[in-house]
Order: sequence, then C-alpha cells, then structure tokens
Amino acid sequence: MLSTPSRTELSQRTISDEIADRQALERDAAASAGRGLEAHPRRDFAPYRSTVLRHPTHELVRADPEEIELVSPAFGHTDVAAEENDLTIQHAGEPLGERIIVTGRVLDGDGRPVRNQLVEIWQANASGRYVHKRDQHPAPLDPNFTGVGRIITGDDGSYRLTTIKPGAYPWKNHRNAWRPAHIHFSFFGSAFTQRLITQMYFPGDPLFALDPIYQSIVDPAARERLVAAYDHDVSEPEWAIGYRWDVVLTGPRSTWTEPEDGDHA
Amino acid sequence: MPEQRLLGQTPSQTVGPFFGYALPYVGGPDVRAPWHSDAIRLHGTVYDGAGDPIPDAIVEIWGADAAGRPSTERGALDRDPHGFAGFGRAAVDRDGHYSFTTIKPGALRAGSAPYVLVTVFARGVLQHLFTRAYFADEPAANAVDPLLTSVDPARRSTLVAEPDAHGSYRFDIRLQGEGETVFLDYGTEL
Repeated sequence: MLSTPSRTELSQRTISDEIADRQALERDAAASAGRGLEAHPRRDFAPYRSTVLRHPTHELVRADPEEIELVSPAFGHTDVAAEENDLTIQHAGEPLGERIIVTGRVLDGDGRPVRNQLVEIWQANASGRYVHKRDQHPAPLDPNFTGVGRIITGDDGSYRLTTIKPGAYPWKNHRNAWRPAHIHFSFFGSAFTQRLITQMYFPGDPLFALDPIYQSIVDPAARERLVAAYDHDVSEPEWAIGYRWDVVLTGPRSTWTEPEDGDHA
Repeated sequence: MPEQRLLGQTPSQTVGPFFGYALPYVGGPDVRAPWHSDAIRLHGTVYDGAGDPIPDAIVEIWGADAAGRPSTERGALDRDPHGFAGFGRAAVDRDGHYSFTTIKPGALRAGSAPYVLVTVFARGVLQHLFTRAYFADEPAANAVDPLLTSVDPARRSTLVAEPDAHGSYRFDIRLQGEGETVFLDYGTEL
C-alpha cells in the first residue's frame, strides 16, 4: 500500500469487520465483568467515523441530579397545532411515497405513561432526501413533503403520526454506505435527565447489519427496540400501512434527596 | 447492581447532520427576551477533538429563574416573550458558535452554586452529553458547590462560564482533547 485508504475508499467489508471486532470486545468485557450489555450506543464507535473526534475521552463525572434536572420544561397543547402530527397535509398536494401511520406510547422505565410531553420528528422523503441544504444526495426533493412533525403525548403517553415511509440514503461514512430507512424522534420525559433523541427503523431492513450507527448499540435486544413492528390493526384500509413503536425513557436510579456529607467521593 | 426496571429502555441515536430544518425554532435561543433588563447572554463555540469548531451541533439549555425555581410556565416552544420558560435551543452556526439570551439563575438550594444545565447534540455524538455552566463571578458559591468541588481541580474551569462583556458569559464546549469539557452522568440506567 502506498498510502492509507481515504474515508471514501474504505470498503463495507472493512467497516463490517470493525463492527464485529468491537462488538466481540464489548461482549467479552461484559461477560468477564459479569454484567449485561448496555442499552445505549458506545460513544467511541470508530466504525461510525464521525465519533472519532467527538466522544469524550474522560469518564463522565457522576452528578446527583438536582431539582432542575428532575423536572422538564412545561410543554403543552398550546405549543403544537393538532395537525402537526400529519406530515402529509403540509403542502398543496399529496407527497409521493408509501403513506404510513406510526403510533405507540412513551413510557418511563417503570411502565408509567409520559404524559403531555413534546415529541418532535424529522425524516427524509420517500426518495431518501432531506429538505436540508447540506443534503446533496442526487435524489428528488418532493415539493409536497418537508418531513417535520410535532406531537404532545396524550394522558396514556400515546402519540400517533401520519407520514410517508422514508427512503434509504447514502452517507459517505465509507464506500457504498447506506443508512437504513429511519425517522428521527426527539423526546422529553418528566425529568430532563430522560431527554432522548433516537431513530425509529422499519422491520426487516437488509441494511441493519451493515450500518455502524445502528450497530453502535452492541446489545441485539436493545437494537431491536429501535425497530417498529408492523401492526395490521393500525393499518387503515385503502389508506395507510400501520406501525407500532413504543418508547421507554430512562430515569435516574433514585430520585433526588438531600445529599449527606461525603457522598460525593 | 442497577435495580431491575420493568421495561428495557430505548437506546439513543445521533441527531445526525440534517436536523436544521426541524429542531431549531423561532425564539429558541431567546429563553429571556433580550430587551429585559435582567437578560444575559450565554454563548460559546463547540469544538471537536482536533480543536476544530463543529458546524452541526445543537445545544439546549434548561435553567431555573432568578430565585432558583424551575419554571412551570407552559409554552416553552411557543413562548410568551414577556415570560420565562427556562428552556432554550440553539443550533450552532457554521463557525460552531451558539448564543442564548437567558437570565442568571438563582442557586437551587443553599450550599450550591447557580448554573444552567447544558445539553449537546451533534452528528457523531451517539448519545447527547450533559454539562453545567456555572458562573465565574460566583467564586464564593462555586468554592463550596458539591459538584464543582467533586471535579478534578484541573478540569473545573471547563464547567465555568467566563464574563466577556457586560451581561455576557462565554461557555465553550470541547467534546474531546485539550480542555475537554466535564460531562455528567446522572446515574441513569444503562
């Protein structure tokens, strides 16, 4: 070799090998420590090249959440218009693509509904193109689709949106890199420490195994939780294909109490 | 051992680079309207491990009012400009710079120093990062704050916003490397 391959010359095989090696290391480390695999992605997941210079190298500092961290901003129905949950009616005409309904509940780790909280979504159109000036993927923009929605969860923590199934798109992490189709979701819980931004995927996508962003979650059961389920009861005749996707937000292990002297060691 | 939860939690994923048409909103950086006499500016640049500014980060803040109380005012998105909802969101510009107007919060309780909670999202950041911006002009309170005093003294200054003009504080965020910001773990279930 005359030089190290540039990022665009890296093959999928190289990236896939890196994913397999890293996941094996994580499994071994968890097994020898007698613990399970963590649900969240590894921050320093090198097969996803953008993490390399963007993950902290120091261990995070343990903080006892104070009151401001254990409450959330007060969103409400006045923040969001009811029709913002339908991404197919934002323009004069019908967007192109497969119309879908996505519904589910937002819960905390004890199964309690996360009520009256803001859910924001954004996504590419059916061709895999975002309405974003830095997205130069040569796929058509759809004049009838922007791909932005907002919802306030109901009393049972539920949300429901109507949209278009997004397309896969290329993203230059390596040669021939394609993201699995996904919808970005942003959630607020009842505490700010529950804040979550994630991506919902579609069942059976052949790109899962190849995608370093999806595979940055080492635990296969945790990865699966990002995949919506087809739900025939959500599908509407002559209208839309339905998916169900429930979301569980984290919480602190214990609620905040007055710290005692010396418990910050 | 973490206590057993009923349900497995949903993993985080990166905000990606293409949130710019979705997450920023009108008034997002103005937690307190700039024409209020108590408004302060809280601003800075987000840097990567090479020391280069990140052009595709988004920063959120969440802070108490001047008396140290979290706001319960609804409409954190569609905000009354005369009010204070405590929450703000600002995308960085092409030079990695963000800027909020807000108020300087009061301390949440006796024996702790005032701070604004700061959350950072970016392409390449698979799980958002929490930190706190304390204020350099609160030396007495900072000297006894339980979190600040628990941090390695060499890194403590990364949690402190420095006054750089009247009513303006600079809080740079370094994701990695020289002067890496102290990021926080709230002991949430993993």
